[in-house]
Amino acid sequence: MMQRDTWRKLLSSLFVGFCAMSVLVALLPLAFILFFVVKEGIQALDLAFFVHMPTPVGEVGGGMANAIVGTLILTSLGSLMAIPIGIVSGVYMSEYAGTRYAAAVRFAADTLNGVPSIVIGVFVYGFAVLPFKQFSALAGGVALGIMMIPIIARTTEELLLLVPSTMREGALALGATKARAVFTVVLPAALPGIMTGVILALARIAGETAPLLFTSLNNRFFTTRLDQPIASLTVQVFTYAISPYADWHRQAWAGALVLVGLVLTCSLAARLATRRLERLHAGR
Amino acid sequence: MSVRKLLAVIAGVTTLATGVTAQQTLQINGAGATFPNPIYSKWFSEYNKLHPNVQINYQSLGSGAGIRQLTNQTVFFGATDGPMTADQLLAAPGKVLHFPTVLGAVVPVYNIPGVTTPLKFTGALLADIFLGKVTKWNDPAITKVNPGVNLPGTDITVAHRSDGSGTTYIFMDFLAKLSPEWKQKVGVATAVNWPTGVGGKGNEGVSGLVSQTPGSIGYVELIYALQNKVSYGSVQNMAGEFVTASVEAVSLAAAEAAKSMPADFRVSITNAPGKGVYPISSFTWLLLYENPKDKAQAKAMVDFVKWALSEGQKFAPDLGYAPLPESVVKLEIAALSKIKVS
Amino acid sequence: MRGRDLGFRLGTGAFALVLIVIVVAIGVELTRQSMLSIQKFGLTFWQTTTWDPVAGDFGALPFIWGTLYSSVLALLLAAPVSLGIAVFISELCPAAFKQPLIFLTELLAAIPSIVYGLWGIFVLVPAVRQLQVLTPDWLRQVPLFSGPPLGVGMLSAGLILAVMVIPFTSSVAREVLRSVPVSQREGAYALGATRFEAIRAALFYARTGIIGAIMLGFGRALGETMAVTMVIGNTPRISTSLYAPQYTMAAVLANEFTEADTELYTHALIEIGLVLFIITLIINVLSRMLIWSMARSAKPRTQPAARPAAAVA
Repeated sequence: MMQRDTWRKLLSSLFVGFCAMSVLVALLPLAFILFFVVKEGIQALDLAFFVHMPTPVGEVGGGMANAIVGTLILTSLGSLMAIPIGIVSGVYMSEYAGTRYAAAVRFAADTLNGVPSIVIGVFVYGFAVLPFKQFSALAGGVALGIMMIPIIARTTEELLLLVPSTMREGALALGATKARAVFTVVLPAALPGIMTGVILALARIAGETAPLLFTSLNNRFFTTRLDQPIASLTVQVFTYAISPYADWHRQAWAGALVLVGLVLTCSLAARLATRRLERLHAGR
Repeated sequence: MSVRKLLAVIAGVTTLATGVTAQQTLQINGAGATFPNPIYSKWFSEYNKLHPNVQINYQSLGSGAGIRQLTNQTVFFGATDGPMTADQLLAAPGKVLHFPTVLGAVVPVYNIPGVTTPLKFTGALLADIFLGKVTKWNDPAITKVNPGVNLPGTDITVAHRSDGSGTTYIFMDFLAKLSPEWKQKVGVATAVNWPTGVGGKGNEGVSGLVSQTPGSIGYVELIYALQNKVSYGSVQNMAGEFVTASVEAVSLAAAEAAKSMPADFRVSITNAPGKGVYPISSFTWLLLYENPKDKAQAKAMVDFVKWALSEGQKFAPDLGYAPLPESVVKLEIAALSKIKVS
Repeated sequence: MRGRDLGFRLGTGAFALVLIVIVVAIGVELTRQSMLSIQKFGLTFWQTTTWDPVAGDFGALPFIWGTLYSSVLALLLAAPVSLGIAVFISELCPAAFKQPLIFLTELLAAIPSIVYGLWGIFVLVPAVRQLQVLTPDWLRQVPLFSGPPLGVGMLSAGLILAVMVIPFTSSVAREVLRSVPVSQREGAYALGATRFEAIRAALFYARTGIIGAIMLGFGRALGETMAVTMVIGNTPRISTSLYAPQYTMAAVLANEFTEADTELYTHALIEIGLVLFIITLIINVLSRMLIWSMARSAKPRTQPAARPAAAVA
């Protein structure tokens, strides 16, 4: 009897140990990657990186100014497209949650979330690049937007469902139309959470490369035009990483550092915002 | 509150983006070979300094991509080291003209730790290595051609292009001339079914692979070997000499072809006859439509090509490319007038 | 009043329609643009191993093999670790560490794929190459470990994919475990169970949801492009060796799409994209069904989901 108990206790300790080890195993690569990105990236990060354009192949001293601006433009375009569509879709899914149509929309959103970004890039190439015979920042923005929509839609839906029904009912009781009730009462109540969802979506697409390969392509020059190819941090880092030039590798690490910094800041901001939200809700 | 502000910011950015600066600059997009990318990027950068309102954005995606995107008309010009085939020319929506820009060399690069003497290769030997028939560095086929060199028994790792490449085309063209087995088994094209080896993207990818993988062999354009300090070997030419790639050796290869240049400039100069000739040499071409829709871009490109064929040529030797023979340049300037710029 | 509400419903419904339209459009477009390949090769496309652009002979078996091999390998490595993390965070962890740990695992998900690829090329691949060099000769005879020490290959791809999949699987598993009724665990402890046994009971209860979480991770691994293409060697060959360079569907699409120079070549590539789309669709549907069915059978949650975005991932 005693032996069996000792064995059970031992098994339990081993199991707990295994779980703790798993956490370490997962955090190890994280630490590793962040360490390398910071170590290599910091060395390469100088003013030139932020201010200069790429130099001809083999020449030192270039920068990624155009790529940084390009990423900002592309994510802005994506947001412009995805935020209205995502939020309003989320409104529909939460207001008419029980209907079959809403279920279909939800299914579509979850599916779209799972589609590999390269497939989205191929899709957007087919209708936004080929017919216009033009690689463009706009096409890249559309590809990123398509990826953002389901994230924003689902987050909006879930958050709107969290808003106490008393708020909605109160507005309706006071004679507001459904539209008014939702857009002036319910939505603003959920807005902090929705913004969190938007920031998370932004963080996700800011780091995407594959959908941009066939849409916004890349550009050695600085441009803010939407109808021309545009540089982006991700594609530039990719191009430099697979090149054989040590200077380009250096810049790739710097680009990676900027990217990671951008994405982590967004994630951290979203996280802090959610915690405030949780505390607010718990308070109620 | 924050939504309105966000929208305002986005609106502001968009207005800026489609703004005034766009009007003055002419942006011309091109895609194609990685083989001439070092000199093209130099040219476009220098030309932009001389003409700040002309931005020629060249993306080195590989010759295959250059031909494809030109045919789809998603870029204004293409660049390739493997001339377009008859089928590809037919598939294009308009007549495409080839314009040689420089001459370059494809060199066999390798990475054998401990071996510092430059190795010698024959075409047949290279074919056998890339076919996967010769698998170790101390294989008798290699030691026979390199007497006195202490070669280890390391496995040979073949590095080739994973993308459609004119550099591949040039290399295949050479191998096919010297190895009937290669010609029959694999063929000559920008993308082939490789019998063996690891794929790298672009000349950059292959030089990267070779420099990082001990025991590997690959093929890249000369400048990539020089810039990345990867060892490259000499190759036996038709005259039986083992020649190391150089600007002079490549120029000699073009000398014969210059005398009998076809009107469309599509000619192969691999395994050219003559002494001192480097056998894996090739022209590289810019591809332009004879009658493009955008006349402003057409005019700008024609002006650029004229500059590249004259002023631009002086940048070539520093980057390991051979300038074009005078006779060829004259023929090209004449051919440029075929392009409808108005 | 009613009219305006109808307007609201139609208006918002129209926006929501965009989602459905996009998904359907992707399916339709991909099918339409791969017709040439579908018609020419039919089912043999998925059975042949030759990928010969010169001869116009396309067989996608090497890519399916590579995709499945790398994803299954990633799952074998990631599933136990993800479950361990999920269990640790939800059951074993001191409260003070919970939030920071959750944040850290989500950081893994936040790192862009290209940064994984960059780290892969410069850190992981040389490390794996060293490992391969150090493999004893007798082990090299086993097909699983055969081949020259290149560094790039299936092992590197599997490792990177595993790391990328861990945050998704563990966060969904964590959510699933949260929806196991407290009574399950308390009952087990009341009967004198050790921690392991109580947790095992909870895991068993949540098994459908956990399988769903694992499948979600699998779906993620299938579609990963950039990190994989930078470390897998990009060679269309079927090999059982961990050390052999191979190719996945997403990687070949990324590498060869812009340069496919014949209609047939383009259509063959898009057909690969179509299949990737269908496979990820099926896996996502199945996994979500499993997760929701498990969540529904459990007692309804008394607290609102504090991290909705996690479930969306």
